[in-house]
Formats: sequence, structure tokens, C-alpha cells
Amino acid sequence: MTTVVTILFFGVAYGMILYLISVGLSVTMGLMGFINLAHGVFAMLGGYVTVTLMNRLGVPFFPSLAAACAAVTVLGFVLERGLYARLYGRSELDQVLFSMGLIFVAVAIARMVWGPLAQPIQLPDYLKGQTDVLGVSLPAYRITLVAFGAVVVGGLWLVFDRTLFGARIRAAVDNHDMAEAIGIDTSRLFAVTFGLGTGLAALGGGLGADVLAIVPSYPLLYIVYFLIVVAVGGLGSIKGPFIAALFIGLADTACKYAVPEAGAIFVFLLVYILLLWRPNGIISRSRADG
Amino acid sequence: MNPSSASSARVLVAALRASSGPLQAAPWLAAAAGFFLFPGYEPLATQIFVMILFAMSLDLLVGYAGIVTLGHAALFGCGAYTAGILALHGMTDPIATALCAMAAAAAVGLLSGSLMLKTKGLALLMLSLATTELLHEIANKAAFWTGGADGLQGISFGPVLGEFALDFRGRTAYVYSLAALFIVYLFLRALINSPFGWSLRGIRENDARMRALGCSVFSRRLAAYVIASALAGLAGALQAQTTQFVALDSLSFELSGNVLIMLILGGSGRLTGALIGVPVFMFAQDALAKQDPANWYLWQGLILIGLTLFAPGGILGICSRAWRALQRRGGP
Amino acid sequence: MTAPIPCIETVKLTRLFGQVRVTGDVDFALYPGERRALIGPNGAGKTTLVNLLCGRLKPSSGRINLNGVDVSHMSEARRCQLGLGRTFQITSLFPKLTVRQNLFLAVSEHEGLAWRLFRPAFGHSRQMQRVDELLHRIGLADAAEIPVSELAYGRQRLLEIGLALALRPRIILFDEPAAGIPTAERHVILRILASIPKDIAILLIDHDMDLVFKFAEKITVLVQGGILVEGTPKEIAADERVRKVYLGEGTHGRHVTA
Repeated sequence: MTTVVTILFFGVAYGMILYLISVGLSVTMGLMGFINLAHGVFAMLGGYVTVTLMNRLGVPFFPSLAAACAAVTVLGFVLERGLYARLYGRSELDQVLFSMGLIFVAVAIARMVWGPLAQPIQLPDYLKGQTDVLGVSLPAYRITLVAFGAVVVGGLWLVFDRTLFGARIRAAVDNHDMAEAIGIDTSRLFAVTFGLGTGLAALGGGLGADVLAIVPSYPLLYIVYFLIVVAVGGLGSIKGPFIAALFIGLADTACKYAVPEAGAIFVFLLVYILLLWRPNGIISRSRADG
Repeated sequence: MNPSSASSARVLVAALRASSGPLQAAPWLAAAAGFFLFPGYEPLATQIFVMILFAMSLDLLVGYAGIVTLGHAALFGCGAYTAGILALHGMTDPIATALCAMAAAAAVGLLSGSLMLKTKGLALLMLSLATTELLHEIANKAAFWTGGADGLQGISFGPVLGEFALDFRGRTAYVYSLAALFIVYLFLRALINSPFGWSLRGIRENDARMRALGCSVFSRRLAAYVIASALAGLAGALQAQTTQFVALDSLSFELSGNVLIMLILGGSGRLTGALIGVPVFMFAQDALAKQDPANWYLWQGLILIGLTLFAPGGILGICSRAWRALQRRGGP
Repeated sequence: MTAPIPCIETVKLTRLFGQVRVTGDVDFALYPGERRALIGPNGAGKTTLVNLLCGRLKPSSGRINLNGVDVSHMSEARRCQLGLGRTFQITSLFPKLTVRQNLFLAVSEHEGLAWRLFRPAFGHSRQMQRVDELLHRIGLADAAEIPVSELAYGRQRLLEIGLALALRPRIILFDEPAAGIPTAERHVILRILASIPKDIAILLIDHDMDLVFKFAEKITVLVQGGILVEGTPKEIAADERVRKVYLGEGTHGRHVTA
């Protein structure tokens, strides 16, 4: 029983990290229709900046995290306006190649600046211990991950469903031309949303530094998982990827515990089955069409 | 534009047109000549031939059928491991193992393609990546069969056609892989110009229209995918046979990415793009990765970004534009 | 004497989008060789009906029969192979390919060439001859080697029709074939429509009343997803309900003459 709760918990925590990182990708892909494989770069940078601020400058954990998110948000905004915007109408192949190029450049720079080894992360003392939850002893760090994830999901849902900004995003995802026609400045919307999406990824990367190790090849290693969450969850939504991320997190943790020799194999098989069943994602935003 | 530049342009255009037949044969003649003229370079050249074959198989998908995949390495590695494992267990005839490798890769292509091609865009890309990762994990864990992270070492194959030993000097390997490449090139060229090949172009241009013409788009694409998979498997088998080694990273995202870059560098959708892109890429890699692997990543990234922003047709695209500009200069 | 089998018919065909009933309980039948037009105000569901007939959309309930065969769940491509052709309201061609290559693709699919892997495509003389015939039929012989993206819009619309004809269909659905073409040039479309052999049934969807009334033997009026009335052009022109619903109380728009 303890094992089940532990697996459940670890799985949810892992899922939360995947969600934090991937939700930005889902929204910006649904919004701009741009296949951005380089999304992991922003998560990686969030991790690197957080860790560097903590280790080199002694800044505490949460302020480092906040600074990292802010920095990456700005970077995301700038890159969107400066580079991504040039490729919006282009073919899928061009977008894939471009984002791959960004990945390579980022990986190279990361290796040059920070070296090839994984960044050690020193969690603050109050996150290091274990706490008793329902009679099971669980690490405080992962409890924090789950809490953060829940807050972010709630916040995103609020923003999406209840604010004008969220409404504008949903409108533009649904029908770009119509949104422009009613006066929504889609270029600015893209830039701001992209920045926020990358900021969230940075949050996920920094917060999850102990779950997904911060290494220079981060964007290459983990891109499959982010894409799985988005593809299975459905583009342009915030709820779909949440379910998908939790599912993947739980499935991966459970499988790795039950059959460690098989590693990630089962997760991939699961993904195949899921997509066979729902090729458009679990919660698809597309029209109900045959 | 002054008359003398226009007329010299006209002469140049006419000369290039007249030599277009021999121009097409040139790379093959050069490769054949290289055998006699550049001893010692056989292993590098063989590697290039294998990669060109691999890139051409990708061109069928990316350049003609319009299927963007980052999972082509899965089929390459599948072919490589099949050939290697068969050799380790007694079947050492190169051509026989190559054919088995093609069959295995075709089977994997059929299975994964059947699902992948029901989706499109991001989901398709993701599945192509997932297939590669899945096979990578399996190869990693099934170390008993595959040597795990160390790869398959010390595999040796018998002589080609019972006569020509695949020795360390690499002369047989050179001719063997060049012959395979040439045959595949002829095959693909015929395929591209056949009604099947044209229907693939139609699907790439406007798949909705093809459906309205009675074309079963899914099965057509799947057929292309299986053919491309078999050819990628052949490339993998050739690599295993000519280097006597199968590395785990023949099943990596990195390899899929590299072969895509090689193709795009030369120009996709032309079949001959691979002939140019592969050597250029491999020489660049050799030159730039020498000091520092990270350096090479940086260059790769910058080249990719540069290509997509400024030269989406690759080297052949640039040549094509130059040719058209030259023709215009020559006047009507 | 047994009743003729409709070449295409629907039985209680319904299509919902969420709660909205875009097509409701439609019983429609088109007979071999008929010259039928489908008209209706904007939003009546004409395009949805066309998409249901040719298989782009699946019905929420009801049946569609093609020459007596139930095709309700068959794919678009399969229905096409069974003899159903269509043109698109928004031109859907192969932009980078030439006119000849466009037509060749259509002929190739129809004649089952597309699984031939080895012989050069354009070496199939019989099929190339068919392409030439089609080029002459739609009047694009002089533009055969021009890429479609460089073709004038009106000529692209002609190629649209050419692609449908290439399939030697038994029924053709023309979805606003003259859309976007200046009035003065519409007679070309009409001429081609008129030249289609009598054994092929035609369903024409259009807003141009002039074209509709010159072409159709029978007209079906669709309003809010259901059939309001069907009849000869004379009957429809005289029908009060049609005037009210379609042309508006003040009868602005084209003046209808039977």
C-alpha cells in the first residue's frame, strides 16, 4: 500500500513537471501552428539560470527560480519577435529544421558555458526532508512540485477561462483570421503568449532540476516526452496536456518500478495505443469531424 | 543589360544544356575513378556512399511524399542490427543478410508507419521520435542480443558473391557499397518518374484533392514509407558490413537529425541532393568537429538556421536559382 | 416497368454539429442523366450536404446510397472510385504542377496506374492521349505546360472541372463552379456543363440564378438544412415560399426568369 501511494505520488510529481514545461508548448503550437521542437531549450535555461544563481551567487532557491523565469520569459519574447515570427507561414519541414537548429546552438552554448556534466542542485533545507502524508513518508521536495503544479493549473485555467487575455488566446487558436478581423492584435498576442509559455517551461525546468537533470543535451533527451504530452493531450488546450502529463508521469513511474529492466519501453507502447485510439489527442480542440 | 554579357550568358546556358547528359553521369564516373585514383580513402568514401543511400531513402519521404519524419534512424539501426546479429549467429553472406535486413526494416516500417501515418504534423513527428526511442531502449536493454551500450563488436561477414572478401583495406567494401548505391539510385529514379511517384507528389501538394480523385492516401503513403524503410535498412546493413560494427547510436535522434540535415543541405525533392549534401556535411563535420564536439553542434545549428532562413532549397536550390537567373540574362 | 434506381440518394440524412442540426432528415434523390441544381440562402447547409454526399463528412444518422449501394460510412476516395466526382468551391489543384500533370494525376488514379512503380509516367501513351482530349475539352490545350499557380483564376476553375471529368464519373457534384468568375465569362462554364454527356448526372450548387435557370431541368431548394421544395425552374420561380425565403420580401438581387 505504501508502495502504491509512493508511486502515485512520485508519478504525479513527475507529471506536474512535464505539464509545467509542456503546457506552454501546447498553447503556442495551437496558437501559432508552429512546430517548435526547441521548447526544451527554455526549460533547460530555466534550470541553468536557477542553479547558477544559487550556486555561484548564493541566491536562495525561490528567488533564483523567479529570476530565471523572468529572464527566460524576456528571452522567449525576444526570440519570438526576432526569429520565430519570420517562419510562421513556412512549411512544417522548415519549422522543424529551424527549431532543430536552435536546439543545436543552445546545446553547444550550454556545453561551452557550463560544461558537459549535470548541474548539481542544492535544495534549500526546508525542501530536503520528508513529511508524513496519510501515514506515508514523502519527500518535501516532491510535495512542493505537486503543490506548484496544482497552483499553476488552477491559475492557468482561471486565466484561460475567465480573463480577457485568455479569451483572446482561445479565439485566436480557434480561428486566427476571425480573431484578427475583430481587432485582436495577434502578433502581440503571439509574442506575449510565447514569452509566458517559455517562462512556464523555465519554471518547470528549474523546479524540476532534481527530476529532469540539467545537462547540455537536455532539449534532445527530453523532447520526446514534451511532444508526447502535447500530442496526446491535444494542441492548444491546457486541460488535455494536464491529463496526458499526469498519465505519462504515473505510467512511467509505475512501469519503471514494476519492470525496471524494460525502462521506458512501456511508456512508448502506451503512447502508441493512446494515439491509435485518439489520433487527435485525448481532449481535441478540433471540430467534431469524421 | 549589355549585349555582350547577354550573349556570353547564352553561350554558357547552351554549353550547360549540351553537357547535361554527361553531367548526370559525372558523379558516378568520379566515384568509379576515385577507386583507382585515391587509394587509402576507401573507408571514408564507403561511409559516404552508405550515408548517401540513407539520405536518398529519406528524400523519398521528405522530398517526394511530403512525410516529415525524425525517426528514419530507427529503420537504419534496425537493418544494421539485423545484419549484425545474423552474422554473429552464422549467417555471414553479405547479400543475404542485406536482404534480411531490408525485410526486417520494411516490417518495422509497416508496423510503425501504419500508426504514424494515421496522424499528421506534430503527432506524426512525435511518433517517429518515439519509435526511434523505443527501439533504442530495446537495443540498450537487450544487451544479450545487441551488445547494449557497447554495440555489436567484431562482426565479420563472408565474401561478397562468394569471391570478394571484405578485408581491412576496404577495396571490396568500396565497390560493394557503390554498386548498391547505384542500383538504389536507378530504382528510386524509376520510382520517382512512375505514376506511383507522381501520385506521391500529388499527395504532397494537396492530399485532400488526391482523395477526391479516388486515391487512398493512407495506403499510398504507407507504401512509400515501407519502401523507404527497406532502403534505410539496406543502408544500415551496409554500414554494419563495411565497418564490422553496429553502434547503439545508429538508433538515435541524432542520426535521424543528421541525415535530414545532409539531405536538406543538398536539397530535398531532387534525389541528387543527397549526392551533394552528404559529402559536404561529412567533410564539414570532419573539419569542424576536430577541435571540439560542441563546436560542431554550434555550426550545425547555425547552418540549419541559415538554411531555413535564407536557402530552403539547399545547395541545389541555390544552383537552380542561379541557373534560372543565367537563363534570364541570356535573353528570350 | 420498374422505377429507375437513383444514382445517388439520401434517406433521412442528418448531420449535427454539437447541438446544431445543419442537415435535418433529408430525403434526396438524383437520377441518372439528370440535370439538377441545388439552391438555398446562405447557411442553408448546401456545402454540408455536398460534403456528406461525397464523404468528407460522416452523417450523424441516416443513409446515403450510391447506385443502390450503401456508402454512408465509405471514405471519400472509395466513393470516388464508385463513380462520384466533384469540383470544389475553393479551387483545389496541385499548384506547383503543370496543367498537364494535374490532369495526368487524375487520369492515373482513375485508370489504376498509380500502383505502377517502374514505367515512366508520361510514357503511357493511351493515358496521355486522354489527357490531351481533356485539355481540348476544357480549352486549356495552350496552357498545358504552365504551372497551375501561374494560371489565371478563371482557367483554374476550368481545370477544376477537367479533373472531375477525368475520372469518368457517373455523377458530378459541381460546387459553385463559376465562383469568382466575372459574369461576362461565365458562359464558358455553362458551355462545358452543357457539353457533358447525357448519361452523367449533374448536381449543380450555385448562387448564380442565371446559370442555374439556364442549366437545370429540376431544382431542389434547401433551407435551414431541410428541403423546402423541388420542381422545374418554372415552378420554383413561381413558388411564393421560395421568393420569400431566398430572394427576400423586396426581391432584391437577380430578377428570376424561368
